[in-house]
Amino acid sequence: MRSLATIGELLEGGIDTATPAATARDLLTIGEEVLEHWLQARGLKPTASKAEGFRLLGLHRQGARGDPSFNACRETCRELVYHYNLVTMEPGDSATAQRLAMMQLVASHIYYFVSGKMQSAQLGEFCCSSRDLRLKQAS
Amino acid sequence: MTDNRTDKYKKVAYYPGCALEGTGHAYNRSTKEVGKALGLELEDVKNWNCCGAMEVKNIDPKVQTYLSSRVMSQAVNEMGHSVVMAPCNGCYHNLKKAEYDLKNDETSRQVVDRISSKAGHKTYHAGEIETIHALDWIKHGIGEEGLKSRVKKSLKGMKVANYYGCMYTRPRHIFPEKDQGAGSESTSRPHFMDDLLAAAGAANVDFPLKTACCGGAHTLSDSDMSTKLVLNILKAAEASGANVIATECPTCHSGLEMHQIRAEKKFGVKTNVKILYFTQLLGLALGLTPKKVGVHENMSDSFGLLEQQGLA
Ligand code: SF4
Ligand code: SF4
Repeated sequence: MRSLATIGELLEGGIDTATPAATARDLLTIGEEVLEHWLQARGLKPTASKAEGFRLLGLHRQGARGDPSFNACRETCRELVYHYNLVTMEPGDSATAQRLAMMQLVASHIYYFVSGKMQSAQLGEFCCSSRDLRLKQAS
Repeated sequence: MTDNRTDKYKKVAYYPGCALEGTGHAYNRSTKEVGKALGLELEDVKNWNCCGAMEVKNIDPKVQTYLSSRVMSQAVNEMGHSVVMAPCNGCYHNLKKAEYDLKNDETSRQVVDRISSKAGHKTYHAGEIETIHALDWIKHGIGEEGLKSRVKKSLKGMKVANYYGCMYTRPRHIFPEKDQGAGSESTSRPHFMDDLLAAAGAANVDFPLKTACCGGAHTLSDSDMSTKLVLNILKAAEASGANVIATECPTCHSGLEMHQIRAEKKFGVKTNVKILYFTQLLGLALGLTPKKVGVHENMSDSFGLLEQQGLA
């Protein structure tokens, strides 16, 4: 498993592999590794089980157990899987390059979300914009 | 759910919440103006209180249930409404959550009853009022056909990434009306905002981060991580071909605006996609001026784009 810092660099620098399917595979693996980091940081052993055919979704389910705010990245994980399917099922499609670019942004989102959640567990809970206002009024 | 909603949503209690009096002023203004233009009436909840979104919840979630229940009690017992509309994802979420807790949890019922008696008002009971979002209000109160027939300036040329934020559909169990098949909202791929803007002539882009968390912009307001999350959303919107992001929550909206500016200052990355409330876009389509819908109050300067598209 690559470190989070290495994954961050990879995502910022761009993933470049031989074929669209390999790139898609790598981006999906990155998603899995990021979730593994989250689980390990919480003292859990990342599951090898799949949900709906994908380990990424199995890992997400495990991460959200007991922490509903982790569901804030549920659809993002599903989008990663969706783009993976699009690219690998239709590698010759004219939209493949665009789909891979989008997939990279989706993978980056999971990476930033999990990294942010390691800084503040509150991430993924509602963060009302009136809060600053009320804190000011109270002080 | 079928469908006396066209009548039922004609006049509803309005719970703006405190954010719409501060950062979300343009949302407040545009929601009211759109209501007027569509013949949908809003009546402010009398003497409403803040739901205490964060601080109170952290101290005691039951007190937050009470605070939300009081808003519903005011709307139903003091004003006789059967529907309360909240345009902020947080207020909407909190009222829905209180409804769920009061239906399913005896302790919540007892706490709410006890505090309500002390406060001297009638206790709110689950099922006495229906809480809806501004999206439900227009989607079912007017509908796409009704909207189409009232459009004066098509949003044609506006390529929209619809951003719902991470709370509009979560947790699923507090929204029993969603995921009920045709005509209902989806929790995995929400589409009500897409539907309404399409009816007003906009082209919606395929946007994979429509429910992605923006990084708790107001939890981590000066954090690079939050800026990176927002920047990623902005980049994804641009990569999807959008020239505007439509929002439906004051908190998500101001988070995007704030961090778009911060991303440029801090990381030197400029994104050009504009950020507008969906009610502002609908208002423009209904022939209202940018000023009427508060475009000048946004941090994101979209006048150039609106002029280019013949909307200003
Ligand atoms: S969610 Fe935020 S804006 Fe809405 S009432 Fe609660 S604190 Fe105020
Ligand atoms: S502001 Fe961001 S973190 Fe807060 S509810 Fe909206 S999307 Fe989620």
